[in-house]
Amino acid sequence: MTTTTLTATAGTGAAERHRMVEDFAYRMRHHALNMGEVQGQGYVGQALGAADMFAAVYADQLVYRPEDPDWDGRDRFLLSTGHYAIGHYAALAQAGIVPIEELETYGSDDSRLPMSGMATYTPGMEISGGSLGHGLPIAIGTALGLRHQGSTSRVINFMSDGELDEGSTWEAAMGAHHHGLGNLTVLVDINALQADGKTDTVLRTEPVADKWAANGWHVQRVDGNDVGQLLAAFDAVAKEAEPDARPSVILCDTRVGRGVPLLEEREKAHFMRIDEHEWKICREQLTAGHEGATK
Amino acid sequence: MTTTPVKARLKTSAMIASFADPGQKTAPAPFGHALVRAAEENPAIVGLTADLGKYTDMHIFAKAFPERFFQMGMAEQLLLGAAAGMAQTGLVPFASTYSVFAARRAYDFLCLDAAEPNLNVNVVGGLPGLTTGYGPSHQATEDMAIFRGMPNLTIVDPCDSLDIEQAVPQLAASGGPTYLRLLRGNVPTVLDEYDYTFELGKAKVLRGGADVVFVSSGLMTMRALAAAKELAKHHVDVAVVHAPTIKPFDSETVLRELNTDRLAVTLENHSVVGGLFETVASAVVHSGINKRVVPIALPDEFLHAGALPTLHERYGLSVARIVEKVLGEL
Repeated sequence: MTTTTLTATAGTGAAERHRMVEDFAYRMRHHALNMGEVQGQGYVGQALGAADMFAAVYADQLVYRPEDPDWDGRDRFLLSTGHYAIGHYAALAQAGIVPIEELETYGSDDSRLPMSGMATYTPGMEISGGSLGHGLPIAIGTALGLRHQGSTSRVINFMSDGELDEGSTWEAAMGAHHHGLGNLTVLVDINALQADGKTDTVLRTEPVADKWAANGWHVQRVDGNDVGQLLAAFDAVAKEAEPDARPSVILCDTRVGRGVPLLEEREKAHFMRIDEHEWKICREQLTAGHEGATK
Repeated sequence: MTTTPVKARLKTSAMIASFADPGQKTAPAPFGHALVRAAEENPAIVGLTADLGKYTDMHIFAKAFPERFFQMGMAEQLLLGAAAGMAQTGLVPFASTYSVFAARRAYDFLCLDAAEPNLNVNVVGGLPGLTTGYGPSHQATEDMAIFRGMPNLTIVDPCDSLDIEQAVPQLAASGGPTYLRLLRGNVPTVLDEYDYTFELGKAKVLRGGADVVFVSSGLMTMRALAAAKELAKHHVDVAVVHAPTIKPFDSETVLRELNTDRLAVTLENHSVVGGLFETVASAVVHSGINKRVVPIALPDEFLHAGALPTLHERYGLSVARIVEKVLGEL
């Protein structure tokens, strides 16, 4: 491994590792609020809710080179849920792959950062998600292709609980088990919310853990806003992982708007509207919460 | 009341019935063997299928390269999504299923996962057009119409075993996503009698003729050549232009042949909507030449089940029906 390769927290103590991920997530949340303010609305709630998941991946798990996002030896992080791009861009900026100052172009004409994530636009974006239920089938091929060519790189697919409605997700879940893809880890953001309302009113997907287990996966369910639980889950995946082992899924229960009480308490909506004067309040609440937690 | 003796009816052809004429020269599984040869040259080539390896000649490749063959189960969305994922890692996947499933069932996965990022994913579709008697569930009469609107996708409709053998390495080398209308099993060998080689993106004049010009693709080129010989007996001199690459289409060659006083006829194993005829018609209108074109194609209908010879006769793809149609137009 070269010095430019990041597994950011390798060799650090547990408390330091935890702090680095939380700090990464905190900075990501500020980036997300800044991008949201550019648009005046959007998927800020999801970005805040999933920030700890992205942070655990980019600050602790993923092997990559920020100056060479296409480096062959990298782990692959696939964003299946394209509208979470705002969260992914925040992570890519904090990881040094996208310049932080570029985030203000989010969703604007000719920007490299479109509202829905696309591989052809953004460095570090592996796939064009957005048509939901695509990430996992692609991830199966990526994991098969890497293993076939002798690579030890891992594939991490990020998806939402809404994507559990799609049949292609379950085609791929069976395929990953059939092919013994121990190099594949799936993160499911369970915020229990989708476009038309609460998940249990749109299409009941529970019992989610039982479904993955029945498909032959190594299953863990954690509080996706608890960095300690996330890191422990990734450590358990690492113990499980062998080239021909079971694929792993980490089911992450998260709270939309996490870190900003104003938004956590707002009526939950897939596409959140935030008034002009509220952005400043959001930032202040986020900073106050983080300082309170780290005191 | 009189009764007429009941004539023995032809039985529905097997799912993968050969359409070779009795005694016609054929080659076994040309796609499978061509893929093996290409894979011997190019270690990046891999094969995938969705529970139809034996029915798409992919089993030949699977036997030759078991470690490079990936069975994805009866899951076409996974098949094409995973093929895209493999291509992203630098492999050159050939993914086989029936054309109906590739075009109708898994379109979104080929479109967004392979075509939009312009990945080297090669889809091989069995039972294109009317090559099975199983009815609309298996007859891909509109696959080219569905696929022609997909940016970046190359579409090839080969005539015979020679076309397929020569197309496979060119599809692998083309870089972007491709769709091959597969002819499988014992596939007729026809084009070896002509001074012909397959070139991706090119139409070729197989024979000249003073009275009529046929523009054809797929197995209808075989029928067009046979019909041309029949029409000679009626003192009708027919040229045949074979246009196996439907997209990108070789408008230059085809328009050069059409821009004459000859009767122009397109022949395709596909619906009259959205296939070769409309590709040619579009080229004609764009160019500004004033030329009538007569389509020989499948009707815009869901087709019957039954025996292939019966169905080809019924829907106008047989040599006899082609001859009848041309004589009626002259």
